[in-house]
Amino acid sequence: MDLLLKIWRQKNKTEKGGVQNYRIKNIEPDMSFLEMLDVLNQQLINEGDDPIAFDHDCREGICGSCSLVINGAPHGPDKGTTTCQLHMRKFKSGDTIYIEPFRSSSFPVIKDLVVDRSAFDRIQQAGGYVSINTSGNTVDANATPIPKPDADEAFKSAACIGCGACVAACKNSSAMLFVGAKVSQYAHLPQGKVERNERVINMVDQMDKEGFGSCTNTGACEAHCPKDISLDNIVRLNQEYLKSKIL
Amino acid sequence: MKPNDKKFPIPSKVPDGDIQNKWKKHKGTIKLVSPANKRNIDIIVVGTGLAGASASATLAELGYNVKAFCFQDSPRRAHSIAAQGGINAAKNYQGDGDSNYRLFYDTIKGGDYRSREANVYRLAEVSANIIDQCVAQGVPFARDYGGLLDNRSFGGVLVSRTFYAKGQTGQQLLLGAYSALNRQINRGKVKMYSRHEMMELVVVENKARGIITRNLVNGEIERHGAHAVVIASGGYGNVFYLSTNAMGSNVTANWKIYKKGAFFANPCFTQIHPTCIPVSGEHQSKLTLMSESLRNDGRIWVPKHKKDVEKIRKKELKPTEIAEQDRDYYLERRYPAFGNLVPRDVASRAAKERCDAGYGVNQTGQAVYLDFTSAIYRYGKEKAISTGQDTKNNELIKKLGKEVIRAKYGNLFQMYEKIVDENPYETPMQIFPAVHYTMGGVWVDYNLMTAIPGCFAVGEANFSDHGANRLGASALMQGLADGYFVLPYTIGDYLADDIKTGQIDTNTKDFEEAENKVREFISNILSNDSGNSVDYYHKKLGKIMWNKCGMSRNEKDLKRAIEEIKNLRKDFYKNVFVPGKPNNYNEELAKAGRVADFLELGELFAIDALERQESCGGHFREEHQTPEGEALRNDNEYTFVSCWEFQGKDKKPLLHKEELIFDSIELKSRSYK
Repeated sequence: MDLLLKIWRQKNKTEKGGVQNYRIKNIEPDMSFLEMLDVLNQQLINEGDDPIAFDHDCREGICGSCSLVINGAPHGPDKGTTTCQLHMRKFKSGDTIYIEPFRSSSFPVIKDLVVDRSAFDRIQQAGGYVSINTSGNTVDANATPIPKPDADEAFKSAACIGCGACVAACKNSSAMLFVGAKVSQYAHLPQGKVERNERVINMVDQMDKEGFGSCTNTGACEAHCPKDISLDNIVRLNQEYLKSKIL
Repeated sequence: MKPNDKKFPIPSKVPDGDIQNKWKKHKGTIKLVSPANKRNIDIIVVGTGLAGASASATLAELGYNVKAFCFQDSPRRAHSIAAQGGINAAKNYQGDGDSNYRLFYDTIKGGDYRSREANVYRLAEVSANIIDQCVAQGVPFARDYGGLLDNRSFGGVLVSRTFYAKGQTGQQLLLGAYSALNRQINRGKVKMYSRHEMMELVVVENKARGIITRNLVNGEIERHGAHAVVIASGGYGNVFYLSTNAMGSNVTANWKIYKKGAFFANPCFTQIHPTCIPVSGEHQSKLTLMSESLRNDGRIWVPKHKKDVEKIRKKELKPTEIAEQDRDYYLERRYPAFGNLVPRDVASRAAKERCDAGYGVNQTGQAVYLDFTSAIYRYGKEKAISTGQDTKNNELIKKLGKEVIRAKYGNLFQMYEKIVDENPYETPMQIFPAVHYTMGGVWVDYNLMTAIPGCFAVGEANFSDHGANRLGASALMQGLADGYFVLPYTIGDYLADDIKTGQIDTNTKDFEEAENKVREFISNILSNDSGNSVDYYHKKLGKIMWNKCGMSRNEKDLKRAIEEIKNLRKDFYKNVFVPGKPNNYNEELAKAGRVADFLELGELFAIDALERQESCGGHFREEHQTPEGEALRNDNEYTFVSCWEFQGKDKKPLLHKEELIFDSIELKSRSYK
């Protein structure tokens, strides 16, 4: 298939960026979206141009490196799918595709489509853990049975890959879904309950410090989350936050 | 090449005594560093996967100052995250006769008797602790309805000892290690450097004292000093270009230390994983694994008759239309005891055998079926009985069965459907072997120290535990064992002599020389204004490796591979075109450095495969096989670790042999029949 690509190019953090047009031919439907960009980059290199920078690594939908806003949607048109797992069979020959970086003032552009998501790391550093030493001198793993429904709920929240699509999808650039997922995971597990109050306060404080916006319940984050992390996590985050303030 | 008969130059430091007591005794007698002194000691860790993140967290917790480096934008993105199936531990929660000894035995046998006995026993010994540790950290493992941990079974074993979190076990374990790392970053005990690539090791007076890195965002070349350097940068499967590794996975850190004196051990021991999604076209950038856990429930087959194969390739026949008696469940036929759960190397070779014989089921002839129909019916029936529903209603049973399969493997089935555009609940998956893991790696002693004093290697980066073939769910176990429970203690034995050294000064000649070398490489590689792209060379190298050093190897092809790689390398330095500048974000430049190292490693890989004139585990030499086509080991001549020492550019590396001594296990030919 033949395509017209309109891609955001930006030299670095400080310089102004803009959209440039690229025509690309003979794309096969079985290729992934990123493989299509690989082909374009080889074309650019062969012409002596600077290839388009984009983040990617595992290319199997789990590392959370890949991003891109494709035709206005973070990770593109396929629900519950990362950009690396999006295939060209979802497009047709003659299509025009707009490709932009994840946009948020908390995710500054590094180059072209690559953004700096280290704010997410800093939120996790503020409290996204159980304060337990790694010496292995803990109790036997089966000493505390955990009801299957709780374990399953914790797992669902823990499936977040930290890609930042929730922030890119939100008109307020809110990171509530991301933070809510981590807070919920631990809130569902007995191991996480000891520090639940400080955890939620520290993580939310850091989230605010990083400049992420507030949640106004539009649900765009859930709609664009490649791992289908549910809005319930935001409900849980609010509950945990309120409780920690009251108690 | 004539084997080097000299005595092995470095002691392996394996303690004396019974295998059960070696680790206990060693831990009780090695030197310690006092808490007050740990505060004055700096440690560099390169890589933040399971081994690197767990090591960084634990070292920091013990009191050392840690600097951790990763090339990804966050430590959480390391490729351990993609491990699917599970992690082994000798917990014996299922009461099926598991024990430390059995896990040890299975791992040694699975590795085809080419790993170091004492290291493997230690791994089995600490395995149970890993599960306790991870549960305490809030890792959401799968549980049964009573709230206790669930297990499943993996290839090459007869017990259920694999703990899992759906098909995302690696993700959950890595996020656990990442959370422990974050806690230490927050305490100020770990300084994290993301988007940094290690470009060189700095050795001062024969001790590892630091590294040179390139900041991948602004291109700055930086010097970092420390009292010890830990390499946790993973495996080198990407030397094949197409593999299940992440795009950025590379051998660079390992290769730099090899060129500074560390030994590279068993480079030809590579794992080709049997269940991956087949290659679809020339533009393919990576291969995707379908977890081995699927072989718990999936049955592997090809048609029995060639006429059916032809019709399938022409799409005149669907696999579901082939009758049971016309299918060849070749693993069940050849290996009745283990059936579909034979080890990976055996399953991969058996798939290749059928495809080479002309029974491959896709257009390229390079695919076999993995079929869940039996499991769907079996589970559906169980569910119907336990819920009191009609057990004669086939449609209902199918529906119930699919629900069970979805709960177990849902994310894998979804991933398959996205890539292949076929529904695996309705039609069997097509799979084919692909490069997945490298058992070979940097040689380390029992303390996990390389041949360079002060330089350590953990996780997939080292060679020690998996021999010639790794069993499923053992990589996660080894990464976390090394990082949480072994290295943080053994490193003290070395650092105890370093407490008076004081901070490492990076304004010295050794640092300057190492930095200059990096700068020189960068300016050389950027000098062409046109030419072939980095990927062009990487793909070419991958084809040589896959065709001549892949699932089966022979003398003629290996010799040709060595020549072809040499020529390709020459061509690379002459004609590679890397666009852009050195002082900003430049992925092509980063890739060029990695591919340059792969182009050297590939040659050593082939040399090693040529030298080892036996078949063992993943290393199959066509000249050495039984009449039935099984691997034929040569214990009399090859019960050793091949350790290669760098001798200088374009010079033949020197082979040292570490003899493998098996005191607690009898060497037998490996049978899964």
